[in-house]
Amino acid sequence: MDTAMLIEKSALVLLLFLISLGVAAYQTYFERKLAAWIQDRVGPDRAGPFGILQPIADGTKMFLKEDFIPAKADKWLFIIGPGISMFTALITSSVIPWGTNLNLFGRDISLQVADFNIGILFVFGVVSIGVYGIMIGGWASNNKYSLYGAIRASSQMISYELAMGISAITIVMLTGSLSLNDIVQSQHGMNWNVFYQPLAFFIFFITSLAELNRAPFDLPECESELIGGYHTEYSSMKLGLYLFSEYTSMFVSSAIMAVLFFGGYNFPGMDAFSGNTLAILSIAAFALKIFLFIFVIMWIRWTIPRFRFDQLMHLGWKVLIPVAIVNMLITGLVVAWNQGWM
Amino acid sequence: MSLQMISVILGSLTIASGLMVVLSKHPIRSVIYLVITFFFISAMYILMNAQFLAIVNMIVYAGAIMVLFLFVLMLLNLNKEMEPETSRMSLITAVIAGGTLFLVMITALRDTFQYGKGYVQVPVQDAGLVEKLGKLLFSKYLVPFEISSILFIAAMVGAVLLAKREKQIID
Repeated sequence: MDTAMLIEKSALVLLLFLISLGVAAYQTYFERKLAAWIQDRVGPDRAGPFGILQPIADGTKMFLKEDFIPAKADKWLFIIGPGISMFTALITSSVIPWGTNLNLFGRDISLQVADFNIGILFVFGVVSIGVYGIMIGGWASNNKYSLYGAIRASSQMISYELAMGISAITIVMLTGSLSLNDIVQSQHGMNWNVFYQPLAFFIFFITSLAELNRAPFDLPECESELIGGYHTEYSSMKLGLYLFSEYTSMFVSSAIMAVLFFGGYNFPGMDAFSGNTLAILSIAAFALKIFLFIFVIMWIRWTIPRFRFDQLMHLGWKVLIPVAIVNMLITGLVVAWNQGWM
Repeated sequence: MSLQMISVILGSLTIASGLMVVLSKHPIRSVIYLVITFFFISAMYILMNAQFLAIVNMIVYAGAIMVLFLFVLMLLNLNKEMEPETSRMSLITAVIAGGTLFLVMITALRDTFQYGKGYVQVPVQDAGLVEKLGKLLFSKYLVPFEISSILFIAAMVGAVLLAKREKQIID
């Protein structure tokens, strides 16, 4: 590895970090405005024109609040809980290909931090350890409601991870590769996976909502039953980190959905462009897709009421997993037929 | 930093966190140290160029099994007063079992030193990559692979059956 590559990758990592945080901050503003619009209100409009400085005001407020740790809490675990949540939310962005190669200073710069040959498995690995942040935080608070929230989160995430993995396997079968870069390149132009695998996309979308703890699957922090769920005892920026990590993972999982099913940075008519114009347009197309997914996720939150917990488990184990398995089997048969193995 | 340096550092970190699993007072902390140990083992796999194994170790052990462990421990809420009394008999059996395992490990270690390899060496550089592993599993090791999957399914069906029977008693 040469020095230029080291600098280029570090710059990309830093840029992604800042973009993820910035997008997460403005997602809170966007969500509040959207909720206000859906409920026929005005929404935040005091800080700056149209309330555009609201996230900054919120962040400052979070930092200025008293940082409280309950007397009987497990201090260390209480502190690292939000940290793990934030870490797992941010780290996934390193395997996402954000655009075609950019040519700067005479070098071809790949807009993907790490092109693993197992990128999609890496995403699942990170998703599966993401639950630790919530579990550890909820348990360490030494509060019944927090513990309920933590247990709900873990059982929900384990149940939905299976269906998520099985629905994503169909994409791996179609592409023949586990690398996210290969998956995106195989969807060149308008050849998106969602046209071949609409059912898998549907399942993946629902399970993503459940993994994100977003409504209608936000039972771990269900206000009407559990006060605040796993973050009941948290205050100040620790609470801020939990809330922030939810929005960051929303951004990243929207990106993953766009990569797997909606062609990533590909857009129709992309062959007409080349070089840096193509790179910038592809980044713009990708950003647009991510924005649309974020919008739909928020729209669902303000439209559909919360599930009951037994309904959630029923949906996960008895509906989504069997449907995903049947879908996988049919895809496998079709792929085998096309390859001439049967 | 040479590869050997890294493997020594990783190995000592793995052993240290493994020791902390046994030494830490609270069961929840033990589980968390065990998760950390799994991460170090994953790092070892990556060092041996076995990325697929590393990530599967992360997903299956650190991600799924340990979450279930943590889940059960959180529900039990173990503390000092509830600690069960261990009888002398179980202490003796534990010592014998542990000692036997230790003996086996020493034999295994002796073998590696005898052949003069010292540190772990990978015979083929890309043996652990997913393409190679998949081809091996579905050609040379097809029968053991299928047998182990049948075992897994049997275990899963057994678990479901056991859980079901318990429910019928409650009803």
